[in-house]
Amino acid sequence: MNKRFVSIWFHHLETDWFVQRQPALGQIPFVIATPGHGRLIITAVNRLAEEQGIKKGMVLADARVIIPSLHVVDPIPELSKKLLQKLAEWCIRFTPCVAIDGTDALLFDASGCAHLWGGDVDYLTAIIKRLQERGYQVRVGMADTIGAAWAIARYGKRSPVIEHNKQLNELAELPPASLRIEQELVERLYKLGLHQVSDFISIPRSALRRRFGQAFLLKLDQALGNEPEFMQPVVPVTPYQERLPCLEPIVTLTGIEIALEELLKKLCHRLEKEQKGLRCARLQCHRVDDITIQVEIGTNRPSRNTQHIFKLFENKLSAIEPALGIELFILEALKIEDHGHGQERLWEQQGGLNDTGLSELLDRFTMRFGSKCFHRYLPDEHYWPERSFKQVISLQEQPTTNWRTDHPRPLHLLAAPQAIEVTAPVPDYPPLLFRYKGKLHKIVRADGPERIEQEWWLQQGQHRDYYSVEDEHGQRFWLFRSGHYDAAKTYGWYLHGFFA
Amino acid sequence: MPNQKSDIIKKLENEILELQGYRAALGKIPMHIDLGPINEAFPEGRFPVGAVHELVSAGMVNQAAATGFIAPVISNLMGDHGVVLWISDCRTIFPPALKHYGIDPHRVVFIDLKNQKEVAWAVDEALKLHGLAAVVGEMADINFMASRRFQLAVEQSQVTGFLFNKKERYTTNACLTRWKITSQPGIIPGELPGVGFPCWKVELLKVRNGRPGIWKVALMNGQFVATGQEPVAIRELHRKTG
Repeated sequence: MNKRFVSIWFHHLETDWFVQRQPALGQIPFVIATPGHGRLIITAVNRLAEEQGIKKGMVLADARVIIPSLHVVDPIPELSKKLLQKLAEWCIRFTPCVAIDGTDALLFDASGCAHLWGGDVDYLTAIIKRLQERGYQVRVGMADTIGAAWAIARYGKRSPVIEHNKQLNELAELPPASLRIEQELVERLYKLGLHQVSDFISIPRSALRRRFGQAFLLKLDQALGNEPEFMQPVVPVTPYQERLPCLEPIVTLTGIEIALEELLKKLCHRLEKEQKGLRCARLQCHRVDDITIQVEIGTNRPSRNTQHIFKLFENKLSAIEPALGIELFILEALKIEDHGHGQERLWEQQGGLNDTGLSELLDRFTMRFGSKCFHRYLPDEHYWPERSFKQVISLQEQPTTNWRTDHPRPLHLLAAPQAIEVTAPVPDYPPLLFRYKGKLHKIVRADGPERIEQEWWLQQGQHRDYYSVEDEHGQRFWLFRSGHYDAAKTYGWYLHGFFA
Repeated sequence: MPNQKSDIIKKLENEILELQGYRAALGKIPMHIDLGPINEAFPEGRFPVGAVHELVSAGMVNQAAATGFIAPVISNLMGDHGVVLWISDCRTIFPPALKHYGIDPHRVVFIDLKNQKEVAWAVDEALKLHGLAAVVGEMADINFMASRRFQLAVEQSQVTGFLFNKKERYTTNACLTRWKITSQPGIIPGELPGVGFPCWKVELLKVRNGRPGIWKVALMNGQFVATGQEPVAIRELHRKTG
């Protein structure tokens, strides 16, 4: 596919911005002047002032000679940079790939975009119109190369569109400055009587290189498309992205759902072809009033099941407020993983942890209750009960060691052991009685002690002597004494769990 | 001729059972879950899978008893690859201990939620999923509407559900059975010291088309055994719930 680029030149970027803020400025010539070397130098000029011969780089005193009533505005540092960044992000609606070009221009990679607006000319008209609505005067150019688009935007006199592979013909009539070369080089070319590109295009390359250097030839080749040139987009383009521009702004939930279904169908079809599945997806809704709303979903396993992904989004769609309408939907797959062809099953089998149904169910839980809602545990090699298992995120991870069953463990364990009052014979006998939550339990039978020491490399403290005990009603508990019996009474008795 | 007659009656009985929610139990592959003496309480003498069971268990001690009684059943349902969802809003289960009852703790996925409303929703969704071995839900109470939804879900998916009723409130609901498990002094073979095998008083308060009753059983090496001292007492309870 041949590339198409659009260069957008904001020739009065900063002054246009001031006019938006103070409409009165639109009627009078004014400039922006910055102090430097003890004088004021003009850095931006509005259209009215430019028509009367005031140019960028003039000293303010000289300009005042031409227009005595010239209005001067103080500069705002970094204004053009910020404005261009904002405009570039806004222009994502025209093409996914927008770059900032210098201090006063934007560059679009419009390959395959223009037909959505009905052709090159309509595309450019739409851009100019929308930017004019925002209050910016622009000149645009469209060509197969970045250099040619740049040249036609600034120096073109006829159509802003250079047809496919016609850049040589169009550039021929333009001045040398249109090749994006230094001012000094331009002056040298003029001195030699080379006023148009056509004057030196037929000169042998070796001669040009000798006189003007390799950089000059490179710029010439880039403009003509003999050398590749790359741009750096403001927003990196996600490789898996689907766009849906709307003719009429969408304001209803049903509309959003239809748009999402369309996008998902396209995206999942592509993932199917490439044997991939998405782990994380984002739906961006660009609203008419320049606000972008986005919702994100994640899955536990790579998925390209349209219905499932739609269900995940479904809960979040109500958070999208369309206001005056959404004009562009973008669905991006932020994280992609390999996902082979799932074999069609003839009958439903008892699904294990690899079951897609299970991971889809967990995705739905995650979407509704947050990512911390489900837990799965594997054995961990610690005797300390609270540390004897560890949490894992993946559903596929298998235990590397066995679950231990050589010591009794209670089915229910209190998150924190609770202090109890006991009557116990010293030193190593289980208690005779204990009181828990105001109720007295008389111990009839007991097992133990099982001593569990602190792991000193993890935590300091006293060891625990665990007893499993049964009271006269047959209720079974897990008690422990923390520490040795001593005169200072540092030990304590605790209830930790309940046996079946 | 008499042979044919009994066949017809048998067929009609099966149809009635099917209408009453035993469809899964009468499915193609009958899963053998041996509850020892309690088996005879169920129609056909088989523990009904693919249905929702209610376990009344107020307080930590009773909850532990109920968990201990039902854990071997869940272990049987899980087989070699089955997965269990354990849905709760205040979980105290100690995963390593499940292994003592034959459940691989790494095949249990615990869903920890904030309130009962979320638990009810999650249990409903989980019961709809084909391919789970069982779903355990810790509920505060089970109302009629919710239980009927659960029953409809399991009739489709044939998943077995176990719901803990932690408030011990006996409301009318559509669960197939209602159990109450209380701890009993453990059984010690011979004169050995220690706590011994766990033993419970199992009250089957309600079972649709079966015979409710009270048993004392002990869990010995993964088998439910009637404890010898007292005869098995079956009496009619809550007849009108059946």
